[in-house]
Amino acid sequence: MQSQSEILLDVRNLHARIGEKEILKGINLTVRRGEVHAIMGPNGSGKSTFSSVLAGNPAFTVTEGTATLHGVDLLSLPPEDRSHEGLFLSFQYPVEIPGVSMVNFMRAAVNAKRKYFNEPPMSATDFLKMMRQKRAVVELDNKLASRSVNEGFSGGEKKRNEIFQMAVLEPQLSILDETDSGLDIDALRIVSQGVNTLKTADNATIVITHYQRLLDYIKPDFVHVLYKGRIVMTGGPELALELEQRGYDWIKEENDAK
Amino acid sequence: MKTSLTQYTDLYDTNRAVIDEGSAPVLNALRPAAREALAGASLPEKGDEGFEITSVNSMLAPNYGLNISRINIPVDVADTFRCDVPNMSSLMGVVANDKFVPTAGLLRNLPDGVTVMSLAEAAKAYPDRVASLYGTIAPISNPVVALDTMLVQDGVYIRVEAGVKLDRPLQIVNVLQSSVPLMAVRRILIDVDRDADLRLLLCDHSRNVGMDYLALQVTEASLAPGARLEIYDLEESTATTNRLSLTYVRQQERSAFLANTTTLLNGTTRNRYNVDILGERCSTGLYGMAIGSAKQHVDNSTVINHRAPRSVSNQLYRYVLDDDARGAFEGLIEVFPDAPFTEAFQTNNNILASTGAQMHAKPQLIINNDDVKCSHGATTGQLNREALFYMRSRGIPEAEARTMLMQAFMVDVINTVSVEALRDRLRHLVEKRFDGTLGACETCRLHQ
Repeated sequence: MQSQSEILLDVRNLHARIGEKEILKGINLTVRRGEVHAIMGPNGSGKSTFSSVLAGNPAFTVTEGTATLHGVDLLSLPPEDRSHEGLFLSFQYPVEIPGVSMVNFMRAAVNAKRKYFNEPPMSATDFLKMMRQKRAVVELDNKLASRSVNEGFSGGEKKRNEIFQMAVLEPQLSILDETDSGLDIDALRIVSQGVNTLKTADNATIVITHYQRLLDYIKPDFVHVLYKGRIVMTGGPELALELEQRGYDWIKEENDAK
Repeated sequence: MKTSLTQYTDLYDTNRAVIDEGSAPVLNALRPAAREALAGASLPEKGDEGFEITSVNSMLAPNYGLNISRINIPVDVADTFRCDVPNMSSLMGVVANDKFVPTAGLLRNLPDGVTVMSLAEAAKAYPDRVASLYGTIAPISNPVVALDTMLVQDGVYIRVEAGVKLDRPLQIVNVLQSSVPLMAVRRILIDVDRDADLRLLLCDHSRNVGMDYLALQVTEASLAPGARLEIYDLEESTATTNRLSLTYVRQQERSAFLANTTTLLNGTTRNRYNVDILGERCSTGLYGMAIGSAKQHVDNSTVINHRAPRSVSNQLYRYVLDDDARGAFEGLIEVFPDAPFTEAFQTNNNILASTGAQMHAKPQLIINNDDVKCSHGATTGQLNREALFYMRSRGIPEAEARTMLMQAFMVDVINTVSVEALRDRLRHLVEKRFDGTLGACETCRLHQ
């Protein structure tokens, strides 16, 4: 089925550490255009580290392995260029930036991308029009858009704001890190709707989650289990349901025994 | 110990007649007392209490020229209009080194009840008025005040009559211009009478980039009951311009004083604000920001004396220091036994953008009273790394993200400015300062 489509993300034997502590110990993952992958796993298995490393968080050091996005060597690019090349990370804990308005923040992001592709900055009118259209995707209140980035937003509003930014930047690969944490049912529905609306045959999504709940709304094609810095199991959507029923202990036992 | 004072006392002793001749009797009258106060006095050295990073003695050590014989140094007044604030109609005067030069617009548009003129001329025209204020707020026991008093020949005199509310800001542009190293000695007197209202914008600039300057400026401001005074003090000079500015403020009941001090470009600057709250229900706001890079040195020192009940004071100072810049903030709030129900707050936050930059912060609070609400605190840190990564992950290049964060850090200080056009202007200048397009003042052309 999707295996016909072009490879978007290719991760080979990825190792990464923070300080002296090795957290990723050889991750292999291939994501093709049009696919939705879920990465699940117990707490502390390296899920968030994996997304941070792909996005280029300087807190982590890659010690081995490769990661390419549509053939471009991600690991050699600064975070901003990874974004321009089509990577988007929806943060588990979106950062509050007092004093930087959402409008200035998004304008800087949009125009930086245009500059990267040698395009002129967007006119103020076009920009505001686009902001309006994209806001509608996640039903983001105009009031939030006029405030400082994430400042005083509720947990749900922050997540909506992430999906709004994703709508504006139109990434090829979106990584949603624990997008369901801190979401009530309504917000969960709106965020998932946003994600599903933005899904095309050309882009792909990686959903990182601890629970199966979000996967009721965003249907994965593949489910991977990350444990101790490695993907130890890959299956279809049924694997998520099995994890929901059986928990992670059997995974731990199987792998710790090896 | 060798003190820089000697060259100035010698200069005075030798040239007293010339100095007197170039000034006015009211100003001359205090010189002998000032000279006497300086006998055996010494100037603060770096490391002295209250002068942790700044040596006033060293600032005054170079052999600057003083224009005591009042040689006319021409200043292109029209050129200073580039200091104009867009969308803000202001009344503008220029101080060329220490000489006040009114603009035609100022003379034409100054409303009744408002006096803005040369201090030397005011001292001749209204000797009683000037004498009732001159030297009554700034204490001659401070050697820098004494030095200013001994040598000062001119400056600015501003008076707003009772009940007069100036509908637009008054702007004074201080321009340093000389072909030899120069020290300008100024005094600014501000007399805001009962229920009067004045907003004053002070801009410091230097001509002849690379020339060594020292501006020695003492300001005395008197706020009568119900008076309101806002001073916006913007320094945008050069790396070889040093500034020693002391502002003494006396507040009577129900008066409101606000000062916003911004240092964007300079050499070594020491700003001192000393506010005495003498009447009930006053409000006082001291705000400031400094953006330092290269070897800029910015030292702000504040003292607020709460001597009467039910007054409120707020202080907020923020610094962003890069390269080898040095910053200091020392603030003292003193609540006297006679000042119950005082509310006094002081905050100083600093960002060090390089490993070479240094900040010295010393918030102090002395409370001699139980019925008060007071707080003080200081933080010094780096740019928020998580915010930086968040912005970069959205495609904003690192340099731009840093600039946006540093600018955002200054927003709270900028927001204390009550004049909207000035707030916009300040925001714009700060933005230009951070992205490196604000050069020496020669390049800050506003009407491009």
